[in-house]
Amino acid sequence: MSKRDMLLEVGLEEMPARYVTSSVDQLAQKIEAWLESHGINYSEVNLFSTPRRLGVHVREMDEQQEDSFEEAKGPARKIAVTETGDWSKAAIGFSRGQGMAPEDIYFKEIKGVEYAHVKKYIKGQRTADLLPELESIITGLNFPKNMRWANEELRYIRPIKWLVAMFGQEIIPISITGVSSGTVTYGHRFLGGKIELTNPDDYESQLLSQYVLADSERRKQAILSQIEKLEEEMDWVITVEAELLEEVTNLVEYPTALYGRFEEEFLEIPEEVLITSMKEHQRYFPVKSKEGTLLPYFVTVRNGDHNHLETVAKGNEKVLRARLADAAFFYKEDQKMPIEKALVKLNSIVYHEEIGTLSEKISRVRNLTNQLTGMLQLNQESQKAADRAAEISKFDLVTQMVYEFPELQGFMGQKYALQKGESSLVAQAINEHYMPRNAEDATPESDAGASLAIADKLDTIVSFFSIGSTPTGSQDPYALRRQASGIIQILLKKAWNINFEETVDLAVSLIGGAGIAKRDTLEIKSDLISFFKLRIKHYLQEQGTSHDIIEAVLGGPIGAVPELIKRSNILEAYKRKEGFKSSIEALSRVANIAGKAETPGEINPDLFENEYERQLYNKYLASAAKVQGTIPAKTYFEELISLESFISNYFEHTMVMAEDRELRTNRLSQMAKLAAIIEGFAKVNAIIVK
Amino acid sequence: MNIQNMILTLQQHWSEQGCILMQAYDVEKGAGTMSPYTFLRAIGPEPWNVAYVEPSRRPADGRYGENPNRLYQHHQFQVIMKPSPDNIQELYLNSLTALGINPLEHDIRFVEDNWENPSLGCAGLGWEVWLDGMEITQFTYFQQVGGLECKPVSVEITYGIERLASYIQDKENVFDLEWTDGFTVRDIFGQPEYEHSKYTFETSDPDMLFNLFSIYEKEAHRQMEEGLVHPAYDYVLKCSHTFNILDARGAISVTERTGYIARCRNLARKIAKTFYEEREKLGFPILKQKEELNHE
Repeated sequence: MSKRDMLLEVGLEEMPARYVTSSVDQLAQKIEAWLESHGINYSEVNLFSTPRRLGVHVREMDEQQEDSFEEAKGPARKIAVTETGDWSKAAIGFSRGQGMAPEDIYFKEIKGVEYAHVKKYIKGQRTADLLPELESIITGLNFPKNMRWANEELRYIRPIKWLVAMFGQEIIPISITGVSSGTVTYGHRFLGGKIELTNPDDYESQLLSQYVLADSERRKQAILSQIEKLEEEMDWVITVEAELLEEVTNLVEYPTALYGRFEEEFLEIPEEVLITSMKEHQRYFPVKSKEGTLLPYFVTVRNGDHNHLETVAKGNEKVLRARLADAAFFYKEDQKMPIEKALVKLNSIVYHEEIGTLSEKISRVRNLTNQLTGMLQLNQESQKAADRAAEISKFDLVTQMVYEFPELQGFMGQKYALQKGESSLVAQAINEHYMPRNAEDATPESDAGASLAIADKLDTIVSFFSIGSTPTGSQDPYALRRQASGIIQILLKKAWNINFEETVDLAVSLIGGAGIAKRDTLEIKSDLISFFKLRIKHYLQEQGTSHDIIEAVLGGPIGAVPELIKRSNILEAYKRKEGFKSSIEALSRVANIAGKAETPGEINPDLFENEYERQLYNKYLASAAKVQGTIPAKTYFEELISLESFISNYFEHTMVMAEDRELRTNRLSQMAKLAAIIEGFAKVNAIIVK
Repeated sequence: MNIQNMILTLQQHWSEQGCILMQAYDVEKGAGTMSPYTFLRAIGPEPWNVAYVEPSRRPADGRYGENPNRLYQHHQFQVIMKPSPDNIQELYLNSLTALGINPLEHDIRFVEDNWENPSLGCAGLGWEVWLDGMEITQFTYFQQVGGLECKPVSVEITYGIERLASYIQDKENVFDLEWTDGFTVRDIFGQPEYEHSKYTFETSDPDMLFNLFSIYEKEAHRQMEEGLVHPAYDYVLKCSHTFNILDARGAISVTERTGYIARCRNLARKIAKTFYEEREKLGFPILKQKEELNHE
């Protein structure tokens, strides 16, 4: 079959850099899905994207859609065939209606009735005739943020300027917001010109001749190799973060890396401030020496060629100088403010209208921190540091630097606290209490920082749950999920086996005491526990735990998080071992039958009828004594495994659901007591055994 | 190029694109967007093309004339075109060329920047325009004004005059900028900068200002009831400026702040709606005029 290439390019006013890649991926996926659903074969799809264009090049597409068959259903056999065995009028009409003859009819049973069917052959259409459908694929793209322009109704990422739609040399007729498709594209905004394409295959090279590197991967590599060249020439180390590189790649069509410098005196400002200012505000790459010290240089990527680079560098230097002068001013001013004065200011800062001021939050967090450090029996030094850190944890929020660079909260707190004579432990805890700041971030190192971090996050989560502001679907404006996961990570990292339900109760009662709760306390608590269970579930899923085991360990209370995770790991590991099936089955049997006990009471050994009942009873007493309090998950599990033979013998010789009511109740009570021990480890009957 | 010539050049350029050249509106305001020539005229179906210089007062940015980058009052050159023309980016870039900025010698980029002013019920999408890393212009397609969907969409171009001039004249200190031959920004604005800063932060009377806010607010509502949009809007602007002084003075607590912003937003929404209704009563006269012109 003859084949042609197809080229589709949507020319736009500059798209937001952060949406370029996902947009072109989406366009390509939708085109491929369309091609597949239409039975049009092709060999390969190439993507092109810049801030001003989304391009898709499909190679070797069939000129003709594949032929296909379609089955049509007609009348039932008794209507289709007359008494004499001839085709009825209805059957003849049906076949003709489908463009076929009665001889083509065959029968197929549907729900016990036979119906006449014909198989229609459908000849594939010319691909070129189908391609105008791509218009709705282009208009149907979903963007995170849409806009309208001029008099147009279409909501789109940015206004559409031109459309290239070619099937071989033929134009695919498409028209969107008054822009009609053609073969004309445009080069770089300043360096390039209009391009008349004759063939889809010329696209990339023609654009390159007009100063557009249309393949974003190649553009990225070009930037990287230019930066590497600078590193080599200047003896620098330039850390290129993937996220910034991606953004810069999608801010330019023709990248040229260049460097500028700033005054050495600015190096007195904390390094993180300088780096944030360069990266966040200017999208510059900071420069370090081989020894790792920050140097008074920056690297930026221009959208253009090598001409007049000095002018561009000079302009950028001027901008950075003004920004750093601001930062230096803030740094100097902030140092003049005593911590106590900053704390007074927090009195008048509303954290959330329904939750109260920051000062109020801090006093709750401090209280919770102290209860936590007490429960954890941290040493005196840590307890004291955690208390002070909690008290001043938010003082940097009223500094000018954090006002200007919110992402430096905590970090500036640590810097300033040290300068004001706080202990290094306190200063460290202030910074750490925001950790982990994101999914990749580490957890706090110090015990003081970790307990403060848990208290602060827990207070936030409980506060918002108390006023009914819980995350739903994609809506989580206060990042409560991330903070809950943060708490779990910290508990695991620290191996802190505090009882989770009790800790939540503490936080809830503090909020309740402050009169913030707008909902029933029990309801808040149960929502919170389900919410945290979901985060634990997520954690377990990420580490590849099977879903039935997750369900089993989360079937009861959370208890101590590290132990819960251990229980899940033990079960997961045991799953592959011999004996797993029989032990779980035995334990499950107890759990299942225990569910039938209406009002389990005390066990009366006088009612035992066989030795196995007694043996199981004695074993139960021993186990119950062993698993009391917090015991290591492994010991607990071994204890459960040791129950198996007793349980099997018991069931072999004992009928739990005895006729005699007294006997039955006694046996069910025994089952219930035993089940409580088993389910204290996990809901074993949720585990799937094959 | 001195500031005066920059303004003349921009006026010439946008006048050639069919913009009405207006003068600054005579009530204090924080940004060119708040001029009735933008805020009100972006509402409704009538076409509107206009350019003007807007002195913009930001009490909180006052620095007694001592900071090289911050001003109590700076100047914006504001362009509004409704509906947004297809070639608006080119028109804008040509204005830079007219100012002597050759795109081939610089790095000019359109960097995403979405604009939102909740206190006016406004939202728009667009860019900040970077010239060698410096933000020189806000470029916005209005999507919503005063809580009303914009149909058609206006495009707003706001040049920061002093920013741009500091680049063109290569000055580190805004007060050293040349306004016209023999006159710097310091000569003209030095004393007012100092005095307005002192007034804002030291000598203003919060009690009087709180009173004024309530009086202005009441009057704005009263005039709206009468269907008198423009007098009402003047009082809305006065409310907004009074609030800005109080805020800069630190006289408004965070809790109260939310309340005041909500009051401004209510005014803005109500006035937007009233303006639309009054234009509708008049039969959207500019739209009609243009349609007649097109038929001829």
